Amino acid sequence: MAAPSALSSAQPLEFRAVTKRYPGTAAPAVDELSLEVPAGDICVLVGPSGCGKTTAMRMVNRMIDITSGDILLGGRSVKDRKPDELRRHIGYVIQQIGLFPHRTIAENIATVPHLLRWDKARIAARVDELLELIGLDPHEMRDRYPAQLSGGQRQRVGVARALAVDPPVMLMDEPFGAIDPISRERLQNEFLRLQAELRKTIVFVTHDIDEAIKMGDRIAVMQVGGKLAQYATPAELLTAPANAFVEDFVGADRALKRLALQRVRDIDLWSVATCRAGEATDAVRARVTDADLDIALLVDADGKPLGWLSERGLTGERVRPELRSPAEPTVELDDILRDALSDLLAAESMYGPVVDARGQVVGALSIQVISHAIGSAAAAVPSAAERVA
Amino acid sequence: MTLAPVIAQAGGFVRDRTGDTGCPGNNGICLGWIVDNLDRYRTPFFEHVFLTVVPVAIGFAIALSMGLLAHRKRWLITPLTGFTSALYTVPSISAFLLLLPVTGRGNDTAIVALTAYTLVIIFRNVITGLAGVPRDSVDAGRGMGLTSRQLLFRVELPLALPEILAGLRIAAATTVGLAAFAYLAGAGGLGRNIDQGIEFRGNVLAAGLLLTLLAVALDFLVLSFQRAVTPWRRATA
Repeated sequence: MAAPSALSSAQPLEFRAVTKRYPGTAAPAVDELSLEVPAGDICVLVGPSGCGKTTAMRMVNRMIDITSGDILLGGRSVKDRKPDELRRHIGYVIQQIGLFPHRTIAENIATVPHLLRWDKARIAARVDELLELIGLDPHEMRDRYPAQLSGGQRQRVGVARALAVDPPVMLMDEPFGAIDPISRERLQNEFLRLQAELRKTIVFVTHDIDEAIKMGDRIAVMQVGGKLAQYATPAELLTAPANAFVEDFVGADRALKRLALQRVRDIDLWSVATCRAGEATDAVRARVTDADLDIALLVDADGKPLGWLSERGLTGERVRPELRSPAEPTVELDDILRDALSDLLAAESMYGPVVDARGQVVGALSIQVISHAIGSAAAAVPSAAERVA
Repeated sequence: MTLAPVIAQAGGFVRDRTGDTGCPGNNGICLGWIVDNLDRYRTPFFEHVFLTVVPVAIGFAIALSMGLLAHRKRWLITPLTGFTSALYTVPSISAFLLLLPVTGRGNDTAIVALTAYTLVIIFRNVITGLAGVPRDSVDAGRGMGLTSRQLLFRVELPLALPEILAGLRIAAATTVGLAAFAYLAGAGGLGRNIDQGIEFRGNVLAAGLLLTLLAVALDFLVLSFQRAVTPWRRATA
């Protein structure tokens, strides 16, 4: 990935009692919404349809006028700026992407640089840089039209176009909503990796609580009538829903959802006694007594797991490579807990060895360990971008 | 452009047939006669081009302006559609007669009437074309900070162009046909040739072929332009 040029620093965003009332309707679409988004964070607005999340987002770049209250961008009211000028400095990505079908990919990405009258050479260089950043070959893609791209590629180009002038703030309205589930997962991860580098302040709208938990550093749950039900980190939201609405919206499986927030390396693993064939059995027995797991794990010369040693393997003076069961599942430190648990359940196993990036055993993960992790409410959860990076 | 040579030529044509005992006398198709007498059609043909291109060009300018206005002020769509449709329903002969006291005999009357007929076709296509522009492209454009004017000229009009030009093509083909009645208003064109030799098949065929040629040529011209300015429509995955 190419390093972005001229990184502008992200700006904090603040909603101050923002209200939107459409003429002729009694209930406001957005009702006294107040929340602060720290610079460089992803704030997800989530809620059922009609909760005003998109309206709230669109007031940031004045696509919709604010009835009362204010939105401050970098401490400055968006009302003080001309809408067109304001919008050129706020990245904008919508569900249907909205690429211009009559413009080439390069021309699409160059939309805002062109409006800001960048010179040709600078625009061309920036377009290529962005195409590389999103993993598309500039030579191949530059002169194509949107109709010639796949849905996933179009989505990436939409993000590149929004990033063109390196805006400090981005608005994303269900940006992955029109993508098939498999590509969506990949694009979400790609975007989080990008965000780990770019650190934009992002307002991200979705109706999907799982996406909100995955993408958000902070989540604003909104309910019908444009009211903010809870504004919290994903971990707080899942452990302590503020009211019945949030609890219901988050879902009965919220304890399971927490598993998506943590990786194996984030939690305290069980210690495990490893041994190599030919080793003195006394020493191994001593290590097994000290370890959390009362069974030894046979490893090869490189420390990679071979399988769980049987009792008979320890009967002689030297360890004999007799296995009770294979080392399945083997879990990686980088796996998220949800996937690790799924592996354990699939293998019908209560525990499995955990290996680091080189494949060496560093401990064991058990269902008890995971259940303990779910229970510990205060467990530190990394930010969305850090979770993927 | 004066009427005198047309009349003289047409008069000459009628005399030619009188007493002729050859193919024209027997009222045949007479391809040989057509080839020998192509000169008779040259001036009327170019008059016909003029009577088609000028009304279509003026009509295009007016209808496009009305379309852009109605695109901004949506409430204008219904009255403007009604007005232009009403113009279209006036029979051409009545239109010429109604206009005679105002614009007199000649090209002016013909051009005013023919222009009026193009309006509804082009106006409707401008409206349909602009309405068919993908909403998400417009929303994205606005969200990126294009002004309404930039949005119109850089996004909406280019994307509506195929539909607008389709209207232009229909208007051109229709006007080629309607302009054949322009001689009733005292303007020239191939209509006079047809009228003055309506009993002679060779003459009707020659004029008809030229009308068809003109319609096809104009259509091809607009279509080529459309293809040249909309390369993105041919791009496929």
